Amino acid sequence: MRLLLKNCRLLTKKGNEIASDILIQDNVIMEISEGISEPRADVIDVKRRFVFPGLIDMHCGVCEPGYENKEDILSVSKSAVKGGYTSVCCLPDTSPVIDNKTVVDYILGRGREVSKVHIFPYGSMTKGCEGREIAEIGDMREARILAVSDGDISVQDAGLMRNILLYSRMFDIPVIALCEDTSLSRGGVMNRGSVSTLLGLGGIPREAEEVMAARNILLAKYTGARLHIPLVSTKGTVGLIRIAKSMGVRLTCDTAPRYFTLTEDSVSSFNTLAKTRPPLRTKEDVDAVVQGLADGTIDVIVTGHAPETLESKKVEFDRASFGFSAMETAFALSCAALAETGAMPLYEVIKLMAETPARLLGLEDKGELRPGADADLFVADFDETYAIDASGFASKAKYSPYDGREVKAKVILTVVGGDIVYLSE
Amino acid sequence: MFFKRKDFISLKEISAEEILYILNTAETMKIVLSQANKKAPHLRGKSVILMFYEKSTRARMSYELAAQYLSANIVDLTLAYALGEAGNLIDMGNLIDQMGADFIVIRHPMSGSARLLAEYARAGVINAGDGLNENPSQSMLDLMTIKTQKGGFEGLKVTIVGDIAHSRVTHSNIWALMKLGTEVTLTGPTTLIPDEWAEFGPRITYNAADAVRGADVIMVVKAREMENLGQYLPSMNEYRNLFKIDERLMKLAKPDAIVMHPGPISRGIELSSQVIDSPQCLSNDQIANGVAVRMALLYLLSLSDANPRERREAARV
Repeated sequence: MRLLLKNCRLLTKKGNEIASDILIQDNVIMEISEGISEPRADVIDVKRRFVFPGLIDMHCGVCEPGYENKEDILSVSKSAVKGGYTSVCCLPDTSPVIDNKTVVDYILGRGREVSKVHIFPYGSMTKGCEGREIAEIGDMREARILAVSDGDISVQDAGLMRNILLYSRMFDIPVIALCEDTSLSRGGVMNRGSVSTLLGLGGIPREAEEVMAARNILLAKYTGARLHIPLVSTKGTVGLIRIAKSMGVRLTCDTAPRYFTLTEDSVSSFNTLAKTRPPLRTKEDVDAVVQGLADGTIDVIVTGHAPETLESKKVEFDRASFGFSAMETAFALSCAALAETGAMPLYEVIKLMAETPARLLGLEDKGELRPGADADLFVADFDETYAIDASGFASKAKYSPYDGREVKAKVILTVVGGDIVYLSE
Repeated sequence: MFFKRKDFISLKEISAEEILYILNTAETMKIVLSQANKKAPHLRGKSVILMFYEKSTRARMSYELAAQYLSANIVDLTLAYALGEAGNLIDMGNLIDQMGADFIVIRHPMSGSARLLAEYARAGVINAGDGLNENPSQSMLDLMTIKTQKGGFEGLKVTIVGDIAHSRVTHSNIWALMKLGTEVTLTGPTTLIPDEWAEFGPRITYNAADAVRGADVIMVVKAREMENLGQYLPSMNEYRNLFKIDERLMKLAKPDAIVMHPGPISRGIELSSQVIDSPQCLSNDQIANGVAVRMALLYLLSLSDANPRERREAARV
């Protein structure tokens, strides 16, 4: 099967725009050059729109198995292709937890069977994500996990964390450890600060993240393991990571669009839709996260996709679930908040969402457009402003704190493994 | 008419004029209370549901009497142990609407719960305390006590002493007192006063003597019973040494200063016995005013007779 994309607009690694055609055979990019003609191929004229490498999400709650009422592999993949994502990594805090090779095999099998995108499971770092014993990381690595993580749960025991990092070194995979000291965040449902005081809601102070980030950085330094801190939300964490990197710690990190586009003000009227973990912080933190992205301190932009049912949001704030669907808005919001404001060039934004995650996860043929690379890509349009409409999400969680926000970047066409899996009407 | 609301949820969102209007109405309700026959027809044919998800004796009794004096029908639901099954507030509000009730008085352990109920229920909702957020009706009776004693609010120096962090009535008091033109000072242990309060106007000091100097009103916050109190405070003995309101501190306040406490008072810890038994201490007045204020609230809410949808819009402000 051959597919020829005519009149593509590409960005080089230095950010220059070039016009080109792209020829795909089966699931590989064969040729990128001007004026390709190939009579046997299906031809699509993309009309001078941008073509980018398919985005890779390093932090996604897929919810299958066990929580299919929130999301499942099929629905998350439909959501992904609408957002320009062609590869999705599954957090392991499902039910059962992805803590052994049987569950890894199951997820990979389901991925092949139903998913429109590539599905890559993470293994849990502790059995049952319980933070007590190391999971069978070696076995799961054999079954092709790309990293270990305990999802949105943070391992509290420093001795255990040290051993997980040491153990992971045998397999040289990233240990993706969310940073939250639960003795500091206990009872908290939003950022601790003026808004939590105003609403009488329990606060999660910035220190809860920073204390744990500092601990994990030191453990990574002494063990020499690969630590990856996900969902950086505070100015202090960005600062700690900057220092740690300058000290040569093998450290990478990511953040999600909500941490550079929303503040705690989003929950100021007890708006449970914007209740997330880590919580939304302040303008000062948002500015620091943008700065961290711009100067390379923060390596990756993830979606932080955490779909929850609407029922779990229509309750008291204390009881409401943490999270919301983010797959279909991440690309547009990142372009709006970073590229369109001039904080960083567009090609850098794409790099943080595709190439860097591919390198971190060891996906050698993904994350960039070059002959020989996997044929995962998408076409985006920036010409028209449109309002985000959560009711039209493919994700099962059809609500968003961004509902109605105006953005420009729109995914027009998505190709995974050489197949057209999404075409906007 | 200054008061047109479906619900009474928060003093943070209400104007000074509305607060004063409620207080004036409460004054007239006090007349009803002083009669031999304490029955007024204002709420005849209306029904009031008391929905308490926390244990309470005094507030519930006060609401129940207030509704009875105004001839309303009352159902008392104490749901303290039913947070699980009867916990869905939206369903509960819907159920009560179907049964045709006019008012729901709710006390609930989670912040924002009264507002959530008000958004979905047709009945008027009165917040009798939501989590650590507010307790506006309790606050109204504190305000009534101050107004009765001092004649008004403008320019008064009010000092609030104790566990500010965990006192929802204090949060309502702070918002209201600032709107009414008083100068508010907060004092207590650093672990029990969030720094953020300073952003909203009150002065914070951790020195009790400094806090009460020149005060017209000293409001003592009732210590909340907490399992993990030891994480905030080493001992009540140490609290007493630092923050007990006694004669020595009272000498620093204005000569006609009043002391308020919602009761029950921890004698010798929060207040010295001498201060409690002095005429300056007004905790009994506060209790009597509570019934009058609650009558006023029920009555005023019953006057907003717009249709439910309009009432809901009006409540949003």
